[in-house]
Amino acid sequence: MKSIKTILDRELPDYIDGYGEVKPFQGAFSDGGIKTRKAVKLTSVTPYDRKVLANLEQVYDKLNMKDGMTISFHHHLRNGDHVLNMVVEGLAKRGIKDLTIAASSIFPVHAPLVEHMKSGVVTGIVANYMSGPVPEAISRGELKKPAIMQTHGGRPRAIESGDLHIDVAFIAAPTADTYGNINGVYGKSACGTLGYAISDAEYADKTIAITDNLVPYPACPIEISQVFVDYVVQVESIGDPKGIVSGTTKITKDPVALIIAKMAAEVIKASGLVKNGMSFQTGAGGTSLAVAAGLKDIMKREGVVGSFAAGGITGYLVEMLEEGLFKTLFDVQCFDFKAIESYRNNARHQFMSASMYGNPHTKGAVVNNLDIMILGATEIDTEFNVNVTTSSNGVIMGGSGGHSDTAAGSKLAIVVTNLMKARLPMIKDKVTTITTPGENIDVVVTERGIAVNPRRMDLIEKLSRTNLPLVTIGELKTMAEKITGVPKAVRNSEKIVAVVEYRDGSVIDVVRGSRDTSSAMRSSCQTRALILDA
Amino acid sequence: MERLRRSMLFMPGNNPGMLQDAAVLGADSIILDLEDAVSLTEKDSARILVREAIKTIDYSQVEVVVRVNPLDTEFGPHDVEVIARVKPDTLMIPKANEEAIKLADKMLDQIEIEEGYLAGSIKLIALIETALGLENVYNVIQASKRMVGVLLGGEDLTSDLGIERTKEGEEIFYARNKVATACRALKVDSIDTPFTDTDDFEGLAMDTAKAKSLGLTGKSAINPRQIEIIHSVLAPTEAELKHALRILEAMEEAEKEGKGVFSLDGKMIDAPVINRARTTAELGQRLGLIER
Repeated sequence: MKSIKTILDRELPDYIDGYGEVKPFQGAFSDGGIKTRKAVKLTSVTPYDRKVLANLEQVYDKLNMKDGMTISFHHHLRNGDHVLNMVVEGLAKRGIKDLTIAASSIFPVHAPLVEHMKSGVVTGIVANYMSGPVPEAISRGELKKPAIMQTHGGRPRAIESGDLHIDVAFIAAPTADTYGNINGVYGKSACGTLGYAISDAEYADKTIAITDNLVPYPACPIEISQVFVDYVVQVESIGDPKGIVSGTTKITKDPVALIIAKMAAEVIKASGLVKNGMSFQTGAGGTSLAVAAGLKDIMKREGVVGSFAAGGITGYLVEMLEEGLFKTLFDVQCFDFKAIESYRNNARHQFMSASMYGNPHTKGAVVNNLDIMILGATEIDTEFNVNVTTSSNGVIMGGSGGHSDTAAGSKLAIVVTNLMKARLPMIKDKVTTITTPGENIDVVVTERGIAVNPRRMDLIEKLSRTNLPLVTIGELKTMAEKITGVPKAVRNSEKIVAVVEYRDGSVIDVVRGSRDTSSAMRSSCQTRALILDA
Repeated sequence: MERLRRSMLFMPGNNPGMLQDAAVLGADSIILDLEDAVSLTEKDSARILVREAIKTIDYSQVEVVVRVNPLDTEFGPHDVEVIARVKPDTLMIPKANEEAIKLADKMLDQIEIEEGYLAGSIKLIALIETALGLENVYNVIQASKRMVGVLLGGEDLTSDLGIERTKEGEEIFYARNKVATACRALKVDSIDTPFTDTDDFEGLAMDTAKAKSLGLTGKSAINPRQIEIIHSVLAPTEAELKHALRILEAMEEAEKEGKGVFSLDGKMIDAPVINRARTTAELGQRLGLIER
């Protein structure tokens, strides 16, 4: 085993057990050109075949489920999802081992996976984002193979190219008909669009619709078509609506976050990108929404009508659509009831698959058309590399999701973050884990100053004509450390517990096992500020 | 240049997170509070916390005001003694009367000598919140050369008067007038009482406009989200700015022609009108609303 380096100077082994050969990251756009999609083997269906099976046991029998298979799930039911646990539990009861779970995201609700990891039922996990007990267990080294962390665009790329082969896709279907047509807009577990499930349905060897709302043929609208679905099975409940969507998404009341959002909106204005036909994406977090609110004010004041807003869609963006501030919404995932309702009723609220959203190896993803992107960060380094995968203690607690995809595609990628969080400085010499390369990050906005990537001299020039507090990234780091002190480096073990894949399938970083979460927490920061020294 | 005190934001002195971020919230002044926001059991720790915060955190963008406890309590003088040594910009004296201001002034004289600070460099703001203090406000301001402003405390004042405090605020009409007039006469800032419903931004804007119309120069805030609205109400409007600039231009013209009094749009322009135009234009410049 040799050691190789990425273009960002991260040292990686050239081969990782349980993962395979490592293709080191060579730059955001280094892997273009001719690409092929894999061919799919399928079993054709005759007019005499019926697709509805009585229960999941029959499904497993029909599919001849066996050890070592890769099974996939989408995360549209988020922390209300029942399907992943239900299926893995059923397969475990049958004595099946060595499964790889390819889920677009893992949430706290998937905690039962931890036991299945220990017992060897689950030995591999592939996901774009993970939170809760599962990534904590992975960080402790409890998964046999290294987990593979992908991006929202990288996952469909991997599936469509054949890099990620799915034996069976289990699609949680809020509504399905007897012939396998699926939508997410009706039923008690409605979640809106099913953007993250499309490649799974189309490229898996077998595709199963699991629904709690089986309707007579045909289910309309059709988001996933019958031509991709092998079987349909009805269960009592695919999810808990309370965990699926939040009732309303609200703008933060946190005063520091509001200051950051206000400055970010002013940066956007100064960039000159606020004009007719503009496009915009932001997350559903409180600060990101506050940036949207600031942008909305600017757009209204200047009479600007945008082309589209994209990504996971919240009620707030729906309001902007309805007020005529954007002509279209591109929706890969609905975050709240208002978004679901709008997607169901408004033709300008346009569905997009994860592949259309961010897959770099297509004939053009939506992120490529994006002007402005608002991003979060757990850590940023002085080269503008961003970590949203691990905590500062090296424990997995997130993942790219669409971070790397939108940063690469957009004209202006702005990271908004507090300069300090829980006594830790957020700007470091080197981030714990690289999720998104600094070459794609243009601006970092904190409550104490704004740093522009030196690659963007044009932006520096524009912003220096404003009253905004422009500083260098090094100055931001100094400001933070003046208050928090310099944290000690966290020493992780040698064992690679996760491989962080960039959207093109190259490896941008690895995550090594945490030694002891609690002691790492204690030693990670020497704080000298505000100590009661009476 | 003199400080702008459009907004003064109260921050509890016993909350490290808030102290850390106080400077970035956009207020002209922050009031680190050792009095009402801090319970009796935390008076000592808050005092130490505020002292360390002033020593450690970069507050250069704002005026740091520390509200000490009343000087006739066991905590007040101790607060002055400890806090003045780390040189805040200003101390705020609650339940202010002449006696308290003179006592604070004397203590500061001594501390400035001992610490080698420029004499008179630590300023004072009186918190007028009793009937006696209000009736005597002119003398309170004159009690020390350190005085840079008065903050009207509407809640305590109405309590002292035994009257109801309402959202409309008619009951403090006299107090606002009195404070505004005395402050204008002695050329110090007059800061209005805070608006206590932190979710009612429309009410805040109306209340601020009312204070502005009576001549108060600033307003205190108890929530950072109030700051932007206070600033927008207190800023001169575009029409006010345009009018002021036209007056100043016309004045320059008249001076060239050697005229003392002149007219604009058929109205006579004399010294008071010019002074007002100058004040408005200067404020506009400082706020970046017009170019210098």
